[in-house]
Amino acid sequence: MRTKPWVLLLAVVPALFLAYFFVYPLITILYTGLVPDGRFATSAFVEIVTDPTMRSVAWFTLWQAFLSTVFTVALGLPAAYVFARYRFPGRSLFRSLTLIPFVLPTLVVGVTFLAVLGPGSPFGIDLRGTIWAILIAHVFYNLAIVIRGVGVLWEQIDPHIEDAARSLGAGRWRVFREVTLPLLKPAILSSSALVFLFSFTSFGVILILGDLHHSTLEVEIWRQATAFLRLDLASALAVLQLVGVTAILLVYGKASKRTAGELPLRPSFEVARRPRTAGERAFIAATLGMLGLIVITPIGVLIVRSLNTPSGLSLTHYVNLFNPPRSSAIFVSPVDAIGNSLRFAIPAVVIAAGIGLMAGVVIVSAKGRSGRIFDTMLMLPLGTSAVTIGFGFLVALDQPVDLRASAMLIPIAHALVAIPFVIRSTVPVMESVQRRLREAAAVLGASPRQAWREVDFPLVSRALAVGALFAFAISIGEFGATSFIARPSSSTIPVAIFRLLGRPGTFGEAMAMAVILMVITGIAAMGIESMRGTRSGGV
Amino acid sequence: MLQVSRVTIRFDDTPALDGASLTVADQSIHALMGPSGSGKSTMLRAIAGLEDPDAGEIAWDGRSVLGVPVHKRGFGLMFQDYALFPHRNVAGNVAFGLRMQREDSATIRRRVNEVLELVGLPGYGDRSVGTLSGGERQRVALARTLAPHPRLVLLDEPLGALDRSLREHLLVEMRSIFNQVDATVLYVTHDREEAFTIADRVAIIRDGRIVADDTPEDLWRRPPDGWTARFIGLENLCTASRLTELGVQPPRGTATTGVIPPEAITLSPTGSHTATVTGSHFRGGAYRVELGLGEGSTLVTWSPTGLEPDAVARFDIDTARISWFED
Repeated sequence: MRTKPWVLLLAVVPALFLAYFFVYPLITILYTGLVPDGRFATSAFVEIVTDPTMRSVAWFTLWQAFLSTVFTVALGLPAAYVFARYRFPGRSLFRSLTLIPFVLPTLVVGVTFLAVLGPGSPFGIDLRGTIWAILIAHVFYNLAIVIRGVGVLWEQIDPHIEDAARSLGAGRWRVFREVTLPLLKPAILSSSALVFLFSFTSFGVILILGDLHHSTLEVEIWRQATAFLRLDLASALAVLQLVGVTAILLVYGKASKRTAGELPLRPSFEVARRPRTAGERAFIAATLGMLGLIVITPIGVLIVRSLNTPSGLSLTHYVNLFNPPRSSAIFVSPVDAIGNSLRFAIPAVVIAAGIGLMAGVVIVSAKGRSGRIFDTMLMLPLGTSAVTIGFGFLVALDQPVDLRASAMLIPIAHALVAIPFVIRSTVPVMESVQRRLREAAAVLGASPRQAWREVDFPLVSRALAVGALFAFAISIGEFGATSFIARPSSSTIPVAIFRLLGRPGTFGEAMAMAVILMVITGIAAMGIESMRGTRSGGV
Repeated sequence: MLQVSRVTIRFDDTPALDGASLTVADQSIHALMGPSGSGKSTMLRAIAGLEDPDAGEIAWDGRSVLGVPVHKRGFGLMFQDYALFPHRNVAGNVAFGLRMQREDSATIRRRVNEVLELVGLPGYGDRSVGTLSGGERQRVALARTLAPHPRLVLLDEPLGALDRSLREHLLVEMRSIFNQVDATVLYVTHDREEAFTIADRVAIIRDGRIVADDTPEDLWRRPPDGWTARFIGLENLCTASRLTELGVQPPRGTATTGVIPPEAITLSPTGSHTATVTGSHFRGGAYRVELGLGEGSTLVTWSPTGLEPDAVARFDIDTARISWFED
């Protein structure tokens, strides 16, 4: 069957949105980098290659991402194993807890580890400005990717395969190396690629914990564009970063395609079992202890320190946010920032849900290759760094109308990042609304439009709500793009936190604000989890 | 009356239906029986309007329905997996077709109760379909199909997902339901017992073509060819020469094969034929006895008592009941 005309019509809106707010800014960045003064020039690129500072930025970006990935996988694998194979009290609670860091805005992650490892740390150390603070924060943030990504596959590997290997004379370690690891390889590769990608484009964490000693491409784009007004250099860096991101995404695409290639492994029984030996129990305890130390302790420290004042535990920092003392240096009212954030979140959610739903319908209805290409195109903003998106808005959207002063740009940037999440949460449900059900409706006299309204929409609306919550959480916590386009009057919560960090004497208020942002995001994440969990069983 | 004439449907150049023709008379139950992959489900989907024929004609009362979209054909289709709407309760599922016909809510309520009563699920309206057993789901799907008074009821392996004892029970019940509402029914199945129990006529489909269409009795007595005879479960297919050896004279013409119904073979100590017993198995009620005729060919018959393996058995054949065809 050919793609129907109404599908093409529906594709127009998402396509135009993507073209104007994503493709056009990227092309402008490329143009600004290559044709800085109306003439083709590679000077900006030459500067990156020859200037030792720029070279070290590029080098640091790569190796910190590599180390972050290695550490995250090393700690994530045992956790994935424990959750996939053992049943123990508190298993599902622990599993959900490990997911918290991933939904936290990166700026909150930065503030959290400034509280844990920075000046005044309860552990009596100050790692700010060192690679260690950055690596630990990246492990904290990305651990969930490995635990989820590898764990899902691990649950599907029939333990009898391993038992067979053992009965053939292989020791435990041999079995792991020669049987389990090769089977897990696609999942390990694809989660590694994601961790590498997020560490490669890390912004908030490095801005706060790097303390200007360490800078990645992402931070450098931001600095060159906003502090030194070197748009040509920033563009060249952005182009360089895009090349890197594309390469990582290609690796990811290849790896995840192999994960999707169905392994005929699925065991017919519940794999997870109670630990039997003391060794197993010790292993589980050690793994959970490690997770507690990495995931739970930092959040606890942040909360306690946000309440800690010279006169003991109190809500002073929180009160100061809402009622700033005259002497304090707070110049954006934090209350206004919260108001701004919520005000931007509403249009961001509406745009993301609307365009995401349209795009989803097109992806499901369009036949063959055109649908897949459309799908891939709409996923691109996910891989593109937020700073690049914000920077692109800055350099591109002065034509044909100067939109840069418009406050609507902020929700639009947020929606751009959120649309892939809306698509990913609705498309699988739309695809699984069996063709059968639609046919059943048609046979009972429902026209195609009635069938959509009566069957598809009620079943898809829950998934759409999940997508909308994702969009909300993203909008509330987005920092990279917003930092480019927000004006002082339109500061959001993350921007306000960053400003508070930049002033002397307001670290307590910054932590309080971070806790507030964490709570708002956490509520959204809990909503997502509960709506996903109660999906009605197939009939 | 439904008339399907020389319908062909190709999927990627392989024909799923290859010039299939079929007529279903008003208020009759017609079974369409064939092995998997024979095209029986495609036939049903084409009649419902879910597949477009590449060639041929589908008409209702002499008027073509090919240009009519699915939702306006007025044919009901019950799916093998039922395809109940998971987001609606039992009443919501059954009422769906009536709502599409824009019936008023009082009529809908009355009809839903009536149909639920008919299928033996009175008072089930508020139940969630997720809580129903397999048999209950089957009944809800049937009620949903019947509720809008379809002029033709299409059933795709409606009992396929159920276990044997439930199947037999529901089969009898369905037949009485269809007779009560005077429905015109096309019933697709691969199961001979099902087809023979429920249908007034049985059509056999093979490789996208209808190869036989007759009453169950005549199909059993006079199968048109060897494939059909074997497919409906007839045993004792013998070549003409083998039958000649048994003293049976083949009729004049082109017939090459004859079927001896097991009930045409009588075991008796004074029988005129002899054979070695190669098998004797109790099948509930009677023994299924295999008689070896040498060279690997056997005849099957039924006996109230078991026979010793390798014993010599004598039997008679009622030659009048042998059916002949070209194979």
